[in-house]
Amino acid sequence: MNALEVLRFAVRGLAANKMRSGLTTLGILIGVAAVILLVAVGEGSSQAITQNIQRLGANTLTISSNTMGGGGGGGGVRMAAPQQDSGPRTQAKGLTVADARALADKTGAPSVRTVSPVVAAQSQAAVYEGAGHTIQQLIGTYPAYFDASNKPVASGSYFTNDDVLAARKVVVIGRTVAENLFGTLDPIGKRITIGGVPFTVAGVLKEAGSAGFQDADDVAIAPLPAVQQSLTGFGPLGQVIVQATSAETVDAAESEVTSILNARHGISGMAAADYRVFNQAALQETVSAAMGTFTVLLGAVAAISLLVGGIGITNIMLVTVTERTREIGIRKAVGAPRGAILGQFLAEATMLSLVGGLLGVAVGVLGSQFTIAGVQPVLVPGSIVLALGVSVAIGLFFGGYPAGRAAKLRPIEALRHE
Amino acid sequence: MSGRPEDVPPVLDVRAVTKAYGRGDALVRALRGVSLTVDRGDYVAVMGASGSGKSTLMNILGCLDVPSTGRYLVDGTDAGALDERQLSILRNRKIGFVFQSFNLIPRMTALANVELPLAYGGLKAGERRRRALAALSLVGLADRTRHEPNELSGGQQQRVAIARALVTAPALLLADEPTGNLDSASTRDVLNILDQLSMAGRTIVMITHEDDVAGHAKRILRLVDGQVVEDRRRSPVAGPPPKLAGVTA
Repeated sequence: MNALEVLRFAVRGLAANKMRSGLTTLGILIGVAAVILLVAVGEGSSQAITQNIQRLGANTLTISSNTMGGGGGGGGVRMAAPQQDSGPRTQAKGLTVADARALADKTGAPSVRTVSPVVAAQSQAAVYEGAGHTIQQLIGTYPAYFDASNKPVASGSYFTNDDVLAARKVVVIGRTVAENLFGTLDPIGKRITIGGVPFTVAGVLKEAGSAGFQDADDVAIAPLPAVQQSLTGFGPLGQVIVQATSAETVDAAESEVTSILNARHGISGMAAADYRVFNQAALQETVSAAMGTFTVLLGAVAAISLLVGGIGITNIMLVTVTERTREIGIRKAVGAPRGAILGQFLAEATMLSLVGGLLGVAVGVLGSQFTIAGVQPVLVPGSIVLALGVSVAIGLFFGGYPAGRAAKLRPIEALRHE
Repeated sequence: MSGRPEDVPPVLDVRAVTKAYGRGDALVRALRGVSLTVDRGDYVAVMGASGSGKSTLMNILGCLDVPSTGRYLVDGTDAGALDERQLSILRNRKIGFVFQSFNLIPRMTALANVELPLAYGGLKAGERRRRALAALSLVGLADRTRHEPNELSGGQQQRVAIARALVTAPALLLADEPTGNLDSASTRDVLNILDQLSMAGRTIVMITHEDDVAGHAKRILRLVDGQVVEDRRRSPVAGPPPKLAGVTA
């Protein structure tokens, strides 16, 4: 009775019950594939969210004025707002370029790397040789803005500090703007008019993709004074984007920024600030914490499906062996040693769970190539190993244990089993 | 017991075997001290009403069950002293067992069923097939080797079971009511095969409660309440079985 012979008995045993063998394999397949896919979808959405946050720019603080008692935060929509109006605070001041310069002072704010004052004009009509497009957002700022808000150019170049000083009418446009105005033409160096004012296109931003309901590519970015001169006027700034020297110094930068602005705006003690600081890192931390919860949740669901799958395997293995106790008795009566019987059932269980598990891995890996509910799944190798290992271990144990028990019975006891 | 040389042990030597099931009030004493010896070439029918302990005795003889007390030797080997592994070898080599309910493994062909004991005995595939085919043709089923048990009649299934019991050339063929589930034609077939085997020198112990069936044996034991009450020899151990005596004479 060699191993090959035992294996052949196992194959014959499985083939004798094709339906049940097939269903067992299917059960294991689904269990394993579900775990792999579930974890992959969780990982995929986690990565997608993290990417979305990083797209907003890293290590940055967004300071916006708060003159209107808490209206609109991060959108930069406050350009046209009159600053000395009927707000709750008599002393409320808007953000100014002078504020921005103060923040850039290395002695007062050592943790600040760059400061970009921002004005924004909404819905500006842009025209190029008869082609028209309404740019959702025209931003006037300094060159440091591109790095701070993570908006690299794909072609052409950024504008420079010289352009800012000279208030040159150059503009870097987003992908959507470029496509709508120029189609397949190269926009670099072409002159477009925005709100009736001619601008020269210096570069095209790299495609950012849509972030939520807003098209992040429907923007144009020009030097701050050029926008102020021609479109928004020299009112208060919409925002100041502050980039910290590193991820670790974001919080230090925030307190430096706060103390400088408090001093400049005359805010002390109980008085409410007339600006607000929005910390990108804090958002990221919050989202990371939420993602952690999400991952734990998915892990729990995956664990439950694995458990349910495992119980399914257990059940079928127990039924299989119990049902065949009589067969075990017959085999013993014709002189089968215990080892040969145990070996046969172990081999059957291994084949079932291994074939089912491997097919499940194949289905899971294949399924994760497709986008599921808008999420591109990302395979986690650990989940494959875990799912396969658990299903094979369960199959082996619950196939082997009752078979071992049945093989230990006296033949007459096994034969009497109905 | 006559004419047996002292150095050849009997095929079966049962010494004061008892078997009790359960305990306390539910204690059932199925065997109350059975002793018997069966010599090589004998053909013994064990008769008794249901509940007389004949099936229990048979299971102990086949090493499918163990006695509560007493000793039991097969071909000179004390079955009680063997471990699990040696017992399986004993069942495989020395004993062929035919059950009332056939006990073929479903969804395995007749040939595979007959090959089974040889596979556990460690024979090579070619030799196994040759011997299994020979055993099947001996019981007249050479043309049914590819059929599965559910495609065979009861008589054919029992003949496959006999072929499976014979294929290892065991010292002892045990048959537990081999004709209990069969019609009269199949019964004739099976008994005829057993007669031929006895003629060829096989040692056979058979359980039955029918007198016609027992009439084929050379020796009839009657069991009542777990004890042997009658031991009648109908023809000599060395001779042919009674039903064939006229043919050969």
